Amino acid sequence: MPDRIRLKAFGMLAEKIGADSLEIENPGSSEVLRLQLLQQFPALQSLTFRMAVDRKLIQAETDISAGQEIALLPPFSGG
Amino acid sequence: MIVNRFERQVILPGFGFDGQAKLKQASVLVIGAGGLGCPVLLYLAAAGIGRIAVVDGDVISQSNLNRQVLYGEKDLGKNKAETAIRYFQEKYSDIQWTAIPEFITVENAQAFIFHYDLVIDGSDNFPTRYLVNDACVLLKKPLVYGSIYQHEGQVSVFNVGSHPCNYRDVFPNPPAPQEIPNCAETGVLGVLPGIIGNLMALEAIKVLSGLGKPLSNKLLLFNSLDTQFQELEINPNPTSQSAIPSSWNDFHQRDYALACEGVQQLTWNEAMKLMGQEVAFVDVREPGEEPPLECTGLVKVPFSTLSNELDRFEEAEEILFFCQSGARSQKAAQLLQQTYPDKRIFSIRGGINALKS
Repeated sequence: MPDRIRLKAFGMLAEKIGADSLEIENPGSSEVLRLQLLQQFPALQSLTFRMAVDRKLIQAETDISAGQEIALLPPFSGG
Repeated sequence: MIVNRFERQVILPGFGFDGQAKLKQASVLVIGAGGLGCPVLLYLAAAGIGRIAVVDGDVISQSNLNRQVLYGEKDLGKNKAETAIRYFQEKYSDIQWTAIPEFITVENAQAFIFHYDLVIDGSDNFPTRYLVNDACVLLKKPLVYGSIYQHEGQVSVFNVGSHPCNYRDVFPNPPAPQEIPNCAETGVLGVLPGIIGNLMALEAIKVLSGLGKPLSNKLLLFNSLDTQFQELEINPNPTSQSAIPSSWNDFHQRDYALACEGVQQLTWNEAMKLMGQEVAFVDVREPGEEPPLECTGLVKVPFSTLSNELDRFEEAEEILFFCQSGARSQKAAQLLQQTYPDKRIFSIRGGINALKS
């Protein structure tokens, strides 16, 4: 099985990435993934977002293994 | 058994007379009577919460009516908190209602929140959300959070449970100014805040009655386009603790609007003191907005044309913007500050509406 992960983008991040769900090669860690995303989608550089690995919000660099789902979460303020 | 308006919920296993009595004894402060606040209020009131207060300094406008379902055409221009309360006082006489027709601020937050068992954040901007979050952390008050963006919503319950989380555990600091557009710029189908507001009312009822498991340490995400729910686990985050004011004194010193929007806000009283000096006083309302304001030194630059007229402000050192509610003037101030980083630029909080009240 190839070493791939599922990315899910929410809110404005999905607009900037151009999709709300994406399968990509596993970068191995959350920090490598973040840098890779900022490079691939420069519009993300000016946006605040948090990451969740397998539906758990992470607070520090976290290892990512094959088949995991990574959520990219922006803040919303609307009401 | 006496049949009353709560019969269908007291017969529910796990809720019962005990759950109903808890709701009757409970008090809730709802911040914002807009797209989220309207459905929250409808269902909290129907469920029989004993005491409900509504804080909102905003007035009803035509563009609110697709989602703010408590209001109709005859309510345009009226204060939201007062209009909502009038509607409910006629509907349910067994609830104690309080209308607070003001915006929540660092000055009044402690006094407002202190008297209630649970707070609902149905506001529509980051300064208010961070302010309400921090005040609820300081008071250890359960806070039901909900917010929306286009076709998505987020819901959570803060300050509840043995390892309680708050909004800063999810997003320790506000996003940069202008990073996230609001409903006015991105649009919203009324049914989305209806769904998110109902989820918020449900969470409040669960926390207050002890029914089920509230969304504490969880952030619920909803996407209305594909009707998907997803739940993320959240945990206390050490970096968030340092971002929260350490005391009320610290809280009172914070300028949430400046931190979130990069704009310094003034009250009318503070603004009046600056007038007459070398300060440009700018009305960014569109022609025809009521009431017109005339005074010496007043400049009228409608927000819709402001970006083409930025060079008109080249000479001014201090610039004071105002509009109808304080929203557009804030954006105007942001826009101008980007062009002229060295000028002192202010927005008047609450705009003409605040002057009227």
